[in-house]
Amino acid sequence: MHNFLFGVYPYIALTVLVVGSIARYERDPFTWKSSSSQLLRRKQLIAGSILFHVGVLTIFAGHFVGLLTPIALFDTLGISHGAKQTLAIVAGGIAGIMALAGGAMLLHRRLTDPRIRATSSFADTGILVVLLVQLVLGISTIFVSLQHLDGHEMTKFMAWAQGIFTLQSNAASHISDVAWIFKIHLVLGLTIFVLFPFTRLVHMLSVPIRFLFRPGYQVVRSRRQSPLPPRKANATAHSSLTKPAE
Amino acid sequence: MRIRAQIGMVLNLDKCIGCHTCSVTCKNVWTSRDGVEYAWFNNVETKPGMGYPHDWENQKRWKGGWERTKSGKLQPKQGAKWRILANIFANPSLPEIDDYYEPFDFDYDHLKSAPEMQAFPTARPRSKITGERMEKITAGPNWEEILGGEFSKRSQDYNFEGIQKEIYGQYENTFMMYLPRLCEHCLNPACAASCPSGAIYKREEDGIVLIDQEKCRGWRMCVSGCPYKKVYYNWSTGKSEKCTFCYPRIESGNPTVCSETCVGRIRYLGVMLYDADAIETAANMEDEKDLYQAQLDIFLDPNDPEIQKQAIADGIPPAWVESAKNSPVWKMAMDWKVAFPLHPEYRTLPMVWYIPPLSPIQNAAEAGQIGHDGEMPDVRSLRIPVRYLANMLTAGDEAPVISALERMLAMRTYMRSKTIDGVINTGIADRVGLSPAMIEDMYKIMALANYEDRFVIPTTHREVVEEAYDLRGGCGFTDGNGCSGGISQASLFGGGKKKTMTLPSEAF
Repeated sequence: MHNFLFGVYPYIALTVLVVGSIARYERDPFTWKSSSSQLLRRKQLIAGSILFHVGVLTIFAGHFVGLLTPIALFDTLGISHGAKQTLAIVAGGIAGIMALAGGAMLLHRRLTDPRIRATSSFADTGILVVLLVQLVLGISTIFVSLQHLDGHEMTKFMAWAQGIFTLQSNAASHISDVAWIFKIHLVLGLTIFVLFPFTRLVHMLSVPIRFLFRPGYQVVRSRRQSPLPPRKANATAHSSLTKPAE
Repeated sequence: MRIRAQIGMVLNLDKCIGCHTCSVTCKNVWTSRDGVEYAWFNNVETKPGMGYPHDWENQKRWKGGWERTKSGKLQPKQGAKWRILANIFANPSLPEIDDYYEPFDFDYDHLKSAPEMQAFPTARPRSKITGERMEKITAGPNWEEILGGEFSKRSQDYNFEGIQKEIYGQYENTFMMYLPRLCEHCLNPACAASCPSGAIYKREEDGIVLIDQEKCRGWRMCVSGCPYKKVYYNWSTGKSEKCTFCYPRIESGNPTVCSETCVGRIRYLGVMLYDADAIETAANMEDEKDLYQAQLDIFLDPNDPEIQKQAIADGIPPAWVESAKNSPVWKMAMDWKVAFPLHPEYRTLPMVWYIPPLSPIQNAAEAGQIGHDGEMPDVRSLRIPVRYLANMLTAGDEAPVISALERMLAMRTYMRSKTIDGVINTGIADRVGLSPAMIEDMYKIMALANYEDRFVIPTTHREVVEEAYDLRGGCGFTDGNGCSGGISQASLFGGGKKKTMTLPSEAF
């Protein structure tokens, strides 16, 4: 069972995440959206959404860097495991509480506001609940971590995560003796990967960073089959001509 | 110089009777769906009033349109790109649905299903969002119809800027006009500029501004970015929608639905040629009052052989250049200068223009006390203050509005003496700077307004823009995702959870 949950399930989850997301983007781009409900009710959303997003994104970045950076790199840089763990506890704790507070506001709004409740799908409410449970689990692990501040426990998770990504068949064995709360946190985290392509979470993948690099402000599309003659030299770069994405 | 063509629109407010036929036909065609019940791609407002959505002209509040920064750069009033992205989790300038109105329906069924009762059964309102009973409707798509509501509220109208407005609250001095509004299909659209996904684009061939529904991610920056508040967030699909200028009709040479059905025949459609490279400079004039003239300056004369040559070299089909010569929009905006852009100070270079309305002459003037200037009354004595119209159409510059109103009055005087007295009054034509031939043309187009004079729309040259072979077996135009017809049944990826409409093919 342990080997299935931490040795096989990660691959199932990652496969569903990748294949599902690609399939949804390709087959049903119309459903790919952030599903904002700000228009229907502004109350609680402004504070809730900002807290939640900033918190969750910080945690996500922390997990990503913390788990997948090779342990050797930290050793080379001279960052001790204890220091890294303290950083993770402090930064993760603050971000976790922000996300939890924001998420609680959003969930309260989603369940009690008649407009939001009437327009929420099962997936909308469900994924928010799952994320909140995961946040509570994540914050609870801090209390376990505080009992061993040497960072040794943490390196087990790094070894596991890196083992999964480097296709080591014994990856699951790295975390066989960690506290049960970590295990639940991991399984639920992998389950979020499984749910990802089927919920509104996919909007995370279209974070519009490209907006900052879009030349000019305007977008003009042409359906011409043959290109127009080149512009004269004095042209300004106000608009960028693009072909439709078809 | 890069010449592009756009189908522009002019609305002759002098003839608008406020019947809302445009709004209703548009609604029936485009927005009779879940999620956009509250959205009116075309609506008609009674002015003075706060409008729909409430207070839309107040850009201090909504941050729509563009601004010229202190360093002389042009950027969306919402802020530079990084500022827009910083607001992506929660957009502080986004209207709430109550700023439009909570969509409602009535319990009509109760009228026939009610048991025998002491009192007559009534049809009470019910929210279209929650399905719950609404005790009191507090807003609607046309809440200020024919000056409904108190003057103290309506007079917060932005266009009263610089006017001693108190006297217009008195019954004797009151005035009103209708303002039909739709997407302006701007040359410098602020919605497109603020869309983080790049889903909003302007079509190169006819200038129509559209939202790619498959690229829209629902970041909702366009809703606040548009100063006319003509981009609507569909709360059911989570995507923004806007007026499409009825592009499937325009492509086949037909007028938009609002124009086609306008009973007052106030709407005109025609091709305008413009210099696409001059857009940024024109939108970035230092003085707001220069923006109207700057927009006139980027329009190119289709009768100039040099322009014709260049237009064809820039890929505009010869039929479009030919249409541009007969464009009623060109005549009204450029030849006669009677049409104006709506709020040029938003720096969007809008392409739906308005002819200001004439109005009855104030009592005092009628009694001969003030402002009767020879044969023609002084336009300053018209009931609608010139400054009010100027605030709406020329960023407060009264001179062009006065000239337009005088020309319209001159046309009436000229035609009256021609048809009643049998005298050609060249004097009046000279006084407003027009020739008798121009006045007669004005009369033909603006007063008679025949169908073929109002709508001069060349068809899209499909052979240039698409491969017919690739389109075989396609679905044509649909409201939704590919061939699905706009209905998303519960799907693996969380589409709609309830069936919202029945197609005719399913009903029969």
